Amino acid sequence: MDSNLAAIVDEALAAADGAANLGDLSALSARYLGKKSALAAAKKALGQLEPAERKAAGQAINEARERIEAAFAARKTLLASAERAVQLEGERLDLTEIYGEVRRGHYHLVTQARDRLEDVFVGMGFRVAEGPEVETAWYNFEALNIPDWHPARGSFDTIFVNLGEPEEVMLRSHTSPVQIRTMENEEPPIYIVAPGRTFRTDAADATHLPAFNQIEGLVVDRGITMGDLAGTIDEFVHAFFGGDVQSRLRPSYFPFTEPSAEFDISRADGSWLELGGCGMVHPNVLRNCGIDPDVWQGFAFGFGIDRLAVMRYELDDIRELVNNDVRFLEQF
Amino acid sequence: MKVLLSWLREFAPDIVGDPVELGETLSALGLAVEEMTITGEGLDGIVVGKVLDLRPHPDADKIQLVDVDRGDGEALQVCCGAFNMAVGDLIPFATIGTIMPNGMEIAQRKMRGQMSNGMCCSAEEIGLGADAEGIMILEGVGDDQLGAPITEALGIETDVLWDLEVNANRPDAMSVAGVARDLAAGLGIPFAFPEFPFTEGGGPAAESVKTVSEAAKVELLDASLCGRFLARVLRNVTVGTSPQWMQNRLTAAGMRPINSVVDISNYVMLELGQPNHTYDLAKVPNGHLRVRRATEGETITTLDDIERTLTAADGVIANGDDLAVGIAGVMGGASTEISETTTEVLLELAWWDPPSISRTVRRLNLPSEASVRYRRGVDWGVNMERAAARFVQLLQAGSVESGGATTDVGMIDERGTTPDRSPLRVRPAKVNGLLGTELSADAMADHLASIGFVITPAGDDLDVVIPTWRWDTETETDVAEEVARMYGYENIIKTVPKGTDAGALSPYQIARRRVREVLVGAGCDETQPMPFLAPGDLAAAGLPEEGVTLTNPLVHEESVLRTSLLPGQLKTVAYNQSHRIETMRLFEIGHIYLPAPEGQLLPDEREALAVALAGSEAPAAIELLKLLESTFSLPNVQIRPTTPPGLHPTRAAEVVIAGQHRGEVGEVDPVVAEAFGVAGRVAWLQLDLGAVLNGPHGRRRYRRISKYPSSDIDLAFVIADDIAAANAEATIRKAAGDLLVRLDLFDSYRGTGVPDDARSLAYRLRFQAADRTLTDDEVATVRQSVIDTMAKKHGAALR
Repeated sequence: MDSNLAAIVDEALAAADGAANLGDLSALSARYLGKKSALAAAKKALGQLEPAERKAAGQAINEARERIEAAFAARKTLLASAERAVQLEGERLDLTEIYGEVRRGHYHLVTQARDRLEDVFVGMGFRVAEGPEVETAWYNFEALNIPDWHPARGSFDTIFVNLGEPEEVMLRSHTSPVQIRTMENEEPPIYIVAPGRTFRTDAADATHLPAFNQIEGLVVDRGITMGDLAGTIDEFVHAFFGGDVQSRLRPSYFPFTEPSAEFDISRADGSWLELGGCGMVHPNVLRNCGIDPDVWQGFAFGFGIDRLAVMRYELDDIRELVNNDVRFLEQF
Repeated sequence: MKVLLSWLREFAPDIVGDPVELGETLSALGLAVEEMTITGEGLDGIVVGKVLDLRPHPDADKIQLVDVDRGDGEALQVCCGAFNMAVGDLIPFATIGTIMPNGMEIAQRKMRGQMSNGMCCSAEEIGLGADAEGIMILEGVGDDQLGAPITEALGIETDVLWDLEVNANRPDAMSVAGVARDLAAGLGIPFAFPEFPFTEGGGPAAESVKTVSEAAKVELLDASLCGRFLARVLRNVTVGTSPQWMQNRLTAAGMRPINSVVDISNYVMLELGQPNHTYDLAKVPNGHLRVRRATEGETITTLDDIERTLTAADGVIANGDDLAVGIAGVMGGASTEISETTTEVLLELAWWDPPSISRTVRRLNLPSEASVRYRRGVDWGVNMERAAARFVQLLQAGSVESGGATTDVGMIDERGTTPDRSPLRVRPAKVNGLLGTELSADAMADHLASIGFVITPAGDDLDVVIPTWRWDTETETDVAEEVARMYGYENIIKTVPKGTDAGALSPYQIARRRVREVLVGAGCDETQPMPFLAPGDLAAAGLPEEGVTLTNPLVHEESVLRTSLLPGQLKTVAYNQSHRIETMRLFEIGHIYLPAPEGQLLPDEREALAVALAGSEAPAAIELLKLLESTFSLPNVQIRPTTPPGLHPTRAAEVVIAGQHRGEVGEVDPVVAEAFGVAGRVAWLQLDLGAVLNGPHGRRRYRRISKYPSSDIDLAFVIADDIAAANAEATIRKAAGDLLVRLDLFDSYRGTGVPDDARSLAYRLRFQAADRTLTDDEVATVRQSVIDTMAKKHGAALR
């Protein structure tokens, strides 16, 4: 390599090292490697050399170019990395600096309890039936074997509405009207649960609401027995409350079932908690819905949904379920 | 129904054992124990004291000083707040160191400078009555008892009091004897009625012997009203105070002692379940009673001195002049009421038709201890004579000192219609098939016989005579319940029905759960306000006032059923804002009750969805609508600008899905928000959820993704303000045709270069064909078609 070429290389290498940024480097790269560079001129001049010298000279120029290119490439990597580092540092964020609130909403406690109950009963082979909240005396009382003079009518503390004759239309005082509507419209076998809102003239206090939620079950099939009722309650209690919780039936009275029972569940301290009412569907009720009680037998049961939510979370005031205070709703 | 163990033992002496276990047995028989108390305990240290002197407290007006002899002759000074005592009275006296039933210990102390050495007690303080006003004066206790423990002096024994919940189908258990019968059967021990001996036609002071038919006459004019009417005449009656033991029992059972005659009447009702009525015979001319239905509008002044107007459905007892002297089974009349001067009494025991009594009680709202029994159906059998005998016996026993009451010979016993009690054929196979048991006919017969059913075998079956104290029991199923009750519900083996259908939620129920899921995911809290509104709420919410009203609301503020979820949501927002929650995202799924359609009785009840976003503007509600639209692939969702009632006049729209009105979206009218005390904007969405989810939705079709490149063009149009963006968008889609695969509005501009009553809307259109690469010419053609159509249809110029 002639001294001239060596000087070009030295100068180019020094220039590359001295480039402060990628822009300068790019300009210098053009100066030392571009079409107007000394190297390009030297290459052009090769033609004037003797063929014998030409090969060696050409080789020297290529080597010089490679050295310069390598130097520029190395410098470029260095500068690019430095510049990226500066840029990234400039983008630094404190990820714990959060404005506003990002949150999922919340299902109402009653919905949570109701969905869970529905899921358990669906798993046991039931469908979920629903019905209107404003009902006629037929569905709320008469078809359920509660004639107008019956003492049990008074115990329902019914809220009536100003439609039809006096006391002809009411807010349903239980979910049992759904039993009648289902039996009127469907042929047995019937396996349903009917969750929904019910109403009574109970002034709102820590343990009462005039509007509350119940769930009702109805089975009508051939050969259904009271043993089936007790077993179904037991299976539900195990699935919903846990395998170690026991259930029992006690004699009771409802006009629409015969025999009738209350059902209790066992508590950890050995005592029993009354959960709901149940019984074998009264033959009159089946007849009222056009079902022959000599062919079909059935059972029904019902209990409160709100109370399950109250028990589960040990709420000290059931009114929280209808106050809809966001500070309450967002706890669950 | 409150029953004392000692009272039960008069019918079943072998009832023994742990009170808690006995209570469990009662519960298992269907007589649920609501409360159990041990009575007569905690009275140690309370003795019979005598008032020796009474004098004012020198420094206090509301207490006086009493000197009491506690039995040792010494005068103990006591400060006392009651003033009903007289010198010489015997009183219950709590000595120093006594622990009162309420836990308070009696100590020597000074009251306003005066020493007090014990306490004079009221009946209430020692659990012997409800009277808390004055000190209990011990009538009927003699001076020889001075210093004796109060329990000894009053014959108080430790006892167990159960408060039982008696179901409406158990008329028998509305009596001590009936409870004893059931409990004895449950325990497998004997039950028997004691004899109630009395002297008929004479008595200690008999002057002349009369027969009842000389003194009284009963005409039973309506056999459907009265199944049996039994009467006795009692003479030489003195109305006084009943013995302490009877007062103790009545008090324990929750009744207030009144006088000897009333107390016996109540005692017999509690003990034997037979309500009864006493007339002052002197006030019933010729002792003549007529039992009939009332005439429409007939009036009577009842015992409580209130004049009541009757209907033809009510039953009355009238006198010989046919003037009503009592409402059958409900309340006696004032005109024949016994008083302190009464000496001759006409005693009535009757069986009234339960539905008749129920209707009258409900209409007059006059429940009583008697009518609650008549409504369930009292015993029309031999128990009626027994109750009459018990009445006379107690009256005679209680009036020995005054010469003794007498009763005329015989009874009036008129009969109307009572339930048929001919044998009922019961099939043990059917009973087992209902209960899931395998009981033999004999076992069933034994269970039934233990509670007084009379059984005769009839081949494989049983002929069952249902006792007269079980009015409610009529059918084979009713009898099956009795078998189950006596066999024990807990002994029925638990099985599970063999239904073969799979359980499932309906498509609607599944979709409704997804609505909740999507909205909860979008940060909304689910609310469930009660559906009651105050009058005026609907008007305040700008809604037509057509809500169904309640006949008997608990409070005026909750007397209207909602026709929209809007008022309830606004109240919820206001409630939270008043608790410093300013912004919130709420939703609700609940029923609304629209006016009944013509010819229908029930309201048009629908399940609605509402979303209320406090602190957000209308587009936030649109976003949630879009979220639901894409979740359920709702077909052809249109937002048509109108002003639904209650919503912002310029920021609200009707939601139309598949051509049907399905709800409203936008912002709540600021005037409405203000009326409900809501601050700031509320974005609002309400949908007829039932209609939306039961309508077409969720239909999705596969389209192969094109392999060919797509081309984007941007077009900005100057569009007049009165043309909705939705309309412009629809026009673009239609003009662009099938090649348009995506359309995005990316800018809305007002200002320089755009007329005042218009805005520039900039759209990006992406074109793509499924089967080829589009040429520039093709794109240009579609582009021009869009531009031309926009100009033609909306007068929109390209900007």
